Amino acid sequence: MPEPLRALKLTEPLLAPVTDGYDVERIREDFPILRRTVGRWPLVYLDSANTSQKPVQVVDALEDHYLQHNANVARAMHTLGGEATEAFEGARAKVADFIGAAGPQEIVFTKNATEALNLVAHSLGGRLSAGDEIVISVLEHHSNIVPWQLLAQRTGAVLRWFDITPDGRLDLEAAAAHHLINERTRIVSVAWVSNVLGTVNPIPEIAAMAHRVGAHVVVDGSQGVPQLPTDVAALGADLMAFTGHKMLGPTGIGVLWGRYELLDTLPPFLAGGEMIEVVRLSGSTFAPPPRRFEAGTPPIAQAVGLGAAIDYLNGIGMANVAAHEQRITAYALSRLSAIDGVGIIGPKTAVDRGGAISFTLATADGLEVHPHDVMQLLDSHGIAVRGGHHCARPLHERVGIGASSRASGYLYTTLAEIDALADGLVYVRDFFGGKR
Amino acid sequence: MSVEAMYQDIILEHYKAKHHSGLREPYQAQVAHVNPTCGDEVLLRVALDGDRVTDVSYEGVGCSISQASTSVMSDLVIGKSVEEALALHAEFTEMMHSMGSAEPDEDRLEDAVAFVGVAQFPARVKCALLGWSAFKDAAAQALASNGAGEEQQ
Repeated sequence: MPEPLRALKLTEPLLAPVTDGYDVERIREDFPILRRTVGRWPLVYLDSANTSQKPVQVVDALEDHYLQHNANVARAMHTLGGEATEAFEGARAKVADFIGAAGPQEIVFTKNATEALNLVAHSLGGRLSAGDEIVISVLEHHSNIVPWQLLAQRTGAVLRWFDITPDGRLDLEAAAAHHLINERTRIVSVAWVSNVLGTVNPIPEIAAMAHRVGAHVVVDGSQGVPQLPTDVAALGADLMAFTGHKMLGPTGIGVLWGRYELLDTLPPFLAGGEMIEVVRLSGSTFAPPPRRFEAGTPPIAQAVGLGAAIDYLNGIGMANVAAHEQRITAYALSRLSAIDGVGIIGPKTAVDRGGAISFTLATADGLEVHPHDVMQLLDSHGIAVRGGHHCARPLHERVGIGASSRASGYLYTTLAEIDALADGLVYVRDFFGGKR
Repeated sequence: MSVEAMYQDIILEHYKAKHHSGLREPYQAQVAHVNPTCGDEVLLRVALDGDRVTDVSYEGVGCSISQASTSVMSDLVIGKSVEEALALHAEFTEMMHSMGSAEPDEDRLEDAVAFVGVAQFPARVKCALLGWSAFKDAAAQALASNGAGEEQQ
């Protein structure tokens, strides 16, 4: 077995000096998991677009909730019920503030972004009829494709999509030439940031196009909200879905934000307790948003944990988080593109680009090393990346490959970890290239 | 066991050589199997003469483990009776679910014994089984279509 490659060697100068006082080592102290090893290797966690690691502050908040304040919300009238309700609704207010919503009444808690998108596809989508058009893009995650396919099947609506340019950005020119968004368009649903290409899509421009024809705009913010300062008013969307676990929060909590005037016109999705106003066996009336969309006992502790995650992010400042992400991404793009055999999919510069970097790897004799094999060998050196189609099979088909490897950092990622990835990829390439 | 050791030379050689790959005529059954989490895909055909496997042909995309395993499988089952081939499928599957503790019979499984190390990596077991599962499915369909043909005569 080869010796550890982790002996830190910064072979290139840092691309940009850290001038904003960002102290990544201090931040890493809050993430105990980053101190663990995989086998005899220190963990290099580069799968944050899949799920982020959790700071001790979030885990403490979950523990404190369960051990000191646990009760059901809204319906429990005792002291603990009041405390749990206050914590849950407090988290809702934090989320609203974090994304620039008009108020907590615009924040619906779901179990994840997928449920939020399904909610929209049912409640907003119920208005569609045959011949109406839904517009998505070829770079979407399956969770922003399949709910719309099913809606099209239910209603006879037509599903259309934005294509991408060769450098991995939405092809707005082709869309205009083909009248992609037209008077038949009812819903436009696109990702803010691609989970594969890293592309930041021009949501304000797309929203303006959609609103000109009277269509509603849905944004999958799963990769954007964790990385970028978010202001839903500036984005110009009508609805946005995102998830807690990619932004330091627990799993099991997602968010649907919607303009209240729109949410108020939407019918319920899931039905049951807490989403009702009056229930009679002859029929029921429904609570106003957001409760209308929160049937049953919600993910209470998870919401509290998400609130703690937002406190943590605000403590660092989202502008600083975004700047760090840019720094790491630019450095990773420069290191990876300098390796013979690495082919980066998506924008090659860190401009309008999030932190996910997907790539292919080929040996000197031209053998494509499959992403599973890349992932497995990197993992044997403690480096966690994702290999596969990243729930975006149509995108991989569009760029003519079956799968890719993806590295994605976050606010705790260091330049040394990018060096470890680069060294690891050279090792993987040469292992499969026969230089053993 | 290290990951490097999991990638036995036999596996890497089959990955590059892909014995019996390419789609050929004639065949009685064709199946498409996928591994939905990773996107590995195999399109596989089985040709029978009576109950004897005369050809297995395939096209696939996927990792070294899935591609090499399909190559090894085709070497093993071509020329065998369906019953013998399915017995090998059962032995291989059992080995892959052994967490690496199996002591496979090299006289029977030949190059497929190289995959015993893969069984220690649960996430990769399904890769090694993809081609074998496709063969089992296709062989059953081919037998059924042969049976249907006889009934019609």
